This record gives sequence, structure tokens and C-alpha cells, in this order.
Amino acid sequence: MIPLLAVEDLSVGFGKGEAVVQNVSFEVLPGETLALVGESGSGKTVTCRAILRILPKIAQIRTGRVLLNTPEGAVELSTIGDRKMRKIRGDQVAMIFQEPMRSLSPLHRIGNQVGEVLFLHEGASEKQARRAVLETFEQVGFPNPERTYRSYPFELSGGMQQRAMIAMAMIAKPDLLIADEPTTALDVTTQAQVLGLIKDLQRDTGMAMILVTHDLGVVANMADKVVVMHKGRVMESGDAEPVLRSPAHAYTQQLFDAAPTIPATPKPGSALVEDDLILQLKSVAKTYVLRASSMFKPDVLIHAARGVDLKLPRGKTLAIVGESGSGKTTVARIALGAEPPDPGGEVLFRATPQSDAIAVHSMSKDARRAFQRQAQMVFQDPYSSLSPRMRVQEAMTEPLEIHGIGSRSDQKEKAAQLLQQVGLSPDMLLRFPHAFSGGQRQRLSIARALMLEPSLLVCDEPTSALDVSVQEQILTLLESIRDEMNLSYLFISHDLAVVARIADEVAVMRQGLVVEQAPPDTLFYNSKHPYTKALIAAQPTPDIDRPIDLKLVAQGAGDPDTWPEEFRFDKTTMPTLTQLEPGHKVRCYV
Amino acid sequence: MVILRYALYRFGTMLLTLLVVSALVFIIINLPPGDYLSNQIAELRATGQSAGVAKAEFLRTEYALDRPLYQQYLIWVGFIPGPHGFSGLIQGNFGWSFEFDNPVAEIVGDTLWLTVLVNVAAVLFVYVIALPLGVIAAARSRTWVDYTTAFVGYLGLATPNFLLALIMFYYGHKYFDIPIGGLMDPVFEGEPMSWEKTKSILVHLIVPTFVIGTSGAAGMMQRLRANLLDELGKPYVETAIAKGMRPSRMLVKYPLRMAFNPFVADIGNLLPAMVSGSVLVSVVLGLQTIGPTLLTALKTQDLFLSGFVLMFVALLTLIGTMISDVLLVILDPRIQYEGRET
Repeated sequence: MIPLLAVEDLSVGFGKGEAVVQNVSFEVLPGETLALVGESGSGKTVTCRAILRILPKIAQIRTGRVLLNTPEGAVELSTIGDRKMRKIRGDQVAMIFQEPMRSLSPLHRIGNQVGEVLFLHEGASEKQARRAVLETFEQVGFPNPERTYRSYPFELSGGMQQRAMIAMAMIAKPDLLIADEPTTALDVTTQAQVLGLIKDLQRDTGMAMILVTHDLGVVANMADKVVVMHKGRVMESGDAEPVLRSPAHAYTQQLFDAAPTIPATPKPGSALVEDDLILQLKSVAKTYVLRASSMFKPDVLIHAARGVDLKLPRGKTLAIVGESGSGKTTVARIALGAEPPDPGGEVLFRATPQSDAIAVHSMSKDARRAFQRQAQMVFQDPYSSLSPRMRVQEAMTEPLEIHGIGSRSDQKEKAAQLLQQVGLSPDMLLRFPHAFSGGQRQRLSIARALMLEPSLLVCDEPTSALDVSVQEQILTLLESIRDEMNLSYLFISHDLAVVARIADEVAVMRQGLVVEQAPPDTLFYNSKHPYTKALIAAQPTPDIDRPIDLKLVAQGAGDPDTWPEEFRFDKTTMPTLTQLEPGHKVRCYV
Repeated sequence: MVILRYALYRFGTMLLTLLVVSALVFIIINLPPGDYLSNQIAELRATGQSAGVAKAEFLRTEYALDRPLYQQYLIWVGFIPGPHGFSGLIQGNFGWSFEFDNPVAEIVGDTLWLTVLVNVAAVLFVYVIALPLGVIAAARSRTWVDYTTAFVGYLGLATPNFLLALIMFYYGHKYFDIPIGGLMDPVFEGEPMSWEKTKSILVHLIVPTFVIGTSGAAGMMQRLRANLLDELGKPYVETAIAKGMRPSRMLVKYPLRMAFNPFVADIGNLLPAMVSGSVLVSVVLGLQTIGPTLLTALKTQDLFLSGFVLMFVALLTLIGTMISDVLLVILDPRIQYEGRET
């Protein structure tokens, strides 16, 4: 068969620097899916953009060519003129991007942006375009195409925006779709649904796809062929099955080892002993008031958290899992005292097993300072949580200075020692944060959090901005310092696979409510709640024999009133969190 | 029409703001000790002209300056009756200018609409120049086009307006026979509007418009360029290119629309900046705008005259912001306003 697209010996460089893509070759057959896999900086994105020549001005294609097989014969995309290139873009080769919100113009209606492709390529009339757009909207699963046609992007959720992007890419019936991390910015259940949609569309239209991703789980679910890239070069390529079953290259193997997974054959776990609690949340709720747009309408109440009861035993890790908007971050902020809970809620903290429990939200100024020493936080984005104008040493010793602990030399010694403990070298103390990679920065923020010798660490998605191999190292580090320093973690994450590894107990949240709570093994072995089941089913695993079960996802990921009767809840009535077996609680009517 | 309702609502808030502004204006011009008449009385007493003192005292009661300040204010606006019944700003009586010994309305008269004319012309000039230059500078960033426009722009920002005015006069008159000073040929002053008079005014407008508008245009151009450059790096631009759009059309439809918001929002700031900024220029160019009048009125503590001029400038500002607010709502669907259906 003649390949639809052939990339031959492609090298791309920026300015006068070394090439960031070096001698890359691959072929895509009609109708097949090729996955370009790699970590950040691997050159996968530059490669896929070089195909349509959507590159920054300073980038040049240095060697090689890109051939597209069209009905009019082969076209060399790397050399054709701009006018001809524009004819290909959007018509024969379409592209979708990582962040749907930012990839759509916020000021134009969805219908206009999607239909524009037809004006450009087929000279369609307003009426023809409208009909085609509505048809495509139906195809990509918009419940109300007419309404979507008139909507602006900000009126849609992230998943729906990505559907609109897909509709825009599909409408001219391209032969090839280039999808650059199309689901990375989406919640895991939404990701599963969008991947399922792309697969269905491919089956219906026979369109080929280049899927750029860092997630081997997505690859296992989608790809026919795999190209693994690292530092601009192809490490390994071939049919998906052999590559995924027995990777030949050491780097591919490394990626597999690093990818966190939910155990394939889970065993029931044992309940957590709850005698020495370091942190306890008692019926914590948080309601935000959204002021109404007019004085004649009632204010809108947003229940960010409702009736949350959580216990964190000393030396253990309690994870809160949920999608964006589930209330997990609100709970963490309340636990740290950064925000007060609604009246009636209480957060108790016990610094040592002997000491009395103190209420985090009603303590004196001095007690608060002591508490702030005991409880520290590690943030999600290591790039914005370190001041770019402070040297590592200043950033690390600042907490000690604020609390007036130790002399200058003591502080410096402590910083050097902690750097070593997190796997960095003490001679990095005088550097600025920009000299560090993402993983190193996250090590820095962990070291900084440890400077005050806390007993509780709140980790807010500490690994979700990192590459898989780095994520693995950070999790290992967090585990080892927890055991060495007898720390307790409150761990916030949207990723069940990460949680599976580090947590002793998991609370799954949805719309401000804890819907299921159990040790991770129990959760994976015997999940009861449809939403937990959906989360587990939606998690893409790099195992070709465990595809995403879209039916389970669809059952649990929808609105709470689509759940089976015993789990349903709404704004006012809800079932209680019931203990079904020791250490396993589910929000359901029994 | 929802947008009409919003415009009405915005108009209502504008009137309210105007009321607050009137109180502030009145307080501020009364802050310095004394007023025009008491200064004059003191001077007359010192030189022993008792007849003049009697006249000044008469004027004090005539214009209620002997009453408490809050009553003076209410009379001035027209909420309570003064010595001659209701006769304040609302009723269309702008007061008496002591300095010029004439009603304020008569002194200000023509200069009002000439001020509006000059400034609207300058604002239009700013937009007409800044829009294309800013777009070109951004689209061709880091090329000679960009550098040239930036150089000319900074030159425009850095040159003092009055100096520019003098230079333009000299060379404009020498090479293009552009008339010097004034807003129309003296022949037409006081004459009814005619084609010839309009033409004369237009020719006279060239230099003031250019002088007053240059720095505004230079600043606006740089802001538009910077905004547009930011927008050009956004993913939705890539999306549009991936669709197969022509760069020029893409630029106008997407990033320019986005960069337009601050551009529109500036209308409100531009008007008052130009009125107060053009005082010096008006003096140099001999324009009969309101700027020089305001200067004299403030210097001599001419209560009603300065109050009226300040109110007028405030009104211009408020109208400017109202226009830009309504335009923004029309341009950007993300902006929520009262009563919009979601």
C-alpha cells in the first residue's frame, strides 16, 4: 500500500542552534493511527508541526522531506509554495491542539469558527456550511447542535470545547488528522470519552491520525504504530503491539517502568488503624456565594465541599482524588487553615502523639505560627512556586528567618543538608531557579517545605506538571522522606494511578462530596461507587490487553442524577457515607 | 434589544456620576481661601474705592455667595431656588463670570463646540494613524518597517507639543500655505455657517489636529503593536493557520479582534487627556478652545466659569467612557453586564 504520509530524514532546528529534530523518518498508511511518544523536549511536537509547516519564524527544516499522497499524486509538503500549503491545511491534513480553550477564538461563535473551514476550502455558502456544521456537531456528540452553533467557547466545558475542535478538524473530511496531546488538559473521564470519540470517527471515515502524546496508556488504547522519540531522535518505532509488549530499546522500557499504573489484579486491602491521628477534618463544608447578576434574583450558592470527614493517621498518606471542580483543593486549603470552613466544621491537628489536639481555625496567633511550622505545602507547578529572583539559598532559608530559627550558618548548613537529602548537590545553593529542570525544581520545593521540619505535608498535585520518568523519581523521593522523617501526607491528585502507589487511604470526591473512601487496594479490588468505577475504567494503562471500558466510564462520569438510584444525590438530599466493610465507605442508600 | 437596555443603564449611571463630579468640582474650586469677590473687595478697600465695594457686596448677595457652601452648591446645580428662583446648571443657566463681567454661557459660547471639534478630530486622527501602523508594526515585527514606525513614534512621543506646533506653523506656512493660528479665517468670525467657512475651518484644523494627536497616536500605536504581538503567539492563531487561512485575513479576523479591547477602552481616557493636554498648544496656536479659558478662570478664582469648564471636561470624559463601555460589550461576548441572558 502507498503510504498516505511519508516523513523522510527530517531535521528541524531553531536559529543557529543544534537541530531539535534529527533525521526522523516514519510512514503513515491510510486509516491507521501512528503515535509519536516522548517526554517534553523530545521533539515530538516540533515534528508534527513541521508536517504542516506551522513552526515559529526562526525554525527551519534543515534536511529531509515530507510527502503527502493526494488524489492528484504525491505532494512534497516541505517545499511547496505557501498558497498550495494553505490548500492542504485544514482540507487534507487537519490538526487539533492540547488546550481547547486557548485554541478557539474566544470572540467568535463556535459555528462560525468551525464553518470557516468550509468557506475557505469549498467556497461553501452560509446555508451549506451551516448544514454541514450541524451534521458534524451531531457526529461528535453535541446534544444540542443548534445551540452549540450559536455558543461562544467560554460557554462550553473543556471536553465540549475539544469536541468542537474535533468537529472543526473533521468537517472537511481530511485524510490525515494530527492530534497534538489532544486530551492532556482534560479530566481522565473526559479524556476517555474524547479518545473513544476519535476512534469511532476514524472507523466511520477511514481517516489516518498522528497522535502526539506523552502517555503510554493513551498509546496502548489508540495506536497501530508507535514512534518513540527522545532528544530529537527516534529511539524505536514499529507496530504498536510488539513495541508495547516487548520494547526493544532501553529508553522505551524505562518509560514503561516509570508509568504509574493501577494494579491489574488487585487484592483486597486492610483497613487503616486510626488511633494516632495527626489531622482530622470533622464535617467540613465550604459554600461560596456567587453574587446574582441582578438584585431581584437570588444569589447562587456553590457547594465546594459538603460534610467532609477525613482522618489522617500519623506517618500515613491520605489522598483526595477527583476531577477539576470536585472540591479537593478547597478541602486541602481548609486543612491548612488558609480558608475557614462553614460554621460547624472543624479541623483538628495534633503535632505529636502526646500533645493535645488543636483546632486549626480557632487558635491564637502564637499557636498559628507553631502550626504553620508543623504543616507545609508542596505546590503543583514548580515553575511558578519558586521566585525567579531568589537564589536557592535565600528561598530555602527564608522560612527559618521568618520563624527566627538558628544562626545564618546553621540555616545554610541545614539547607545544604536538605538539598542532599532530596537528591541535589549543596553547591547548587547559589544558583537561581531558572538553572534547574522541572524535576529539580520540584525537589527544591520539597526541600524548602522540609526546612521547618514539619510533621504534615500537603501535596497539591506535586507531580502532574512533570514528565512520567521525573514523576516516578519525585514519588520515590516523597515516599522515602516520609518514612525517614516520619511525615504524614495529605495528597491531592486527579490521577488514580499516582495515588495507587503512594496513598494508604483514598477519598474520591465528586461535586464537593466524598463518594467513596477506602485503602487503594480495596478501592481497585472492590470499588462500589459508579464514579470510582468510571475513574478506574477511564485510566489509560500502558497495557494493550486492558483497553478503556467506555461503558463503565459513561455510566459513572455523567451527572449524579444519571447514577443508579442508590447513589443519586442533588443539591439538597444525599445518601450518607456508609461503611460497607471495615475501612471501606461508600455514599449510598443501603 | 438587550444592548439598548444596557446603553440606557449606562446612561443612568453616567448622570449619577456627573452629579457626584459636580459636588467634587464645587468643593475643589472652593478649597483655596477666599473667592473672586472677596479678593476684589479686599483690593478695593486697600485702595479706598468704597463705591466699588458696594457693587461687589451687591454681587455677593445677587449670586448667593453669602450663603453657606452647601446652599451655594445646590443653587449652582439648580436643586433649590436662589435669589432669582430656580436658576442653575439643570435649568441651563451656567452662571456669571466675574472676571469677564459677562454670563458664562456667552464667554464660553463658540469655544465649546470648537473644543469638541478639535478634540474629536484629534481622536479620529489618533485612531486613523495608530490602527494601520500598529498592525503593520506587529505583523512585520523586527523588520525595518517595525523599527521605522517605532522610531517615528518615539519621536512623536518625545517632542513637546507646543514646539511641534511652532515648527509645523513655520514650515506649513512656508511650503503649503497653511494659515497660521486661529480656527478660521478672521473674516468668517461671527458669520453664519457657510461652505466657505467650513472649508476655512477644515484647513485651519490640520495643524492643531496633527499637533495634539501625534503623541497620542504614537503611544496608541505602540500599545496596539505590543498587544497584537502577544496575541500572535496564542494557540488560536495556530488553529486558524492550520485551517488554511491567509495570514492577512487571519490577522484581521482573530488576533486583531482580541487586541482591539484596550484600543477601544482608551477612548474614554483620550478625550480628557487631550483637552487638558492641549491648553498649551491652544495658547501657542491661538485656538479659541476652552483650555485657555479654564486657565484664566482658575488663576482668578472665577468660581462659576471654572466650575462650568470643569463640568464640561468631566462630561466629555464620561461620554467617552460610556461610548467605550457600550462598544466593548458589543465587541466582546465574554463581558457580562446587567440583564444579559446567559
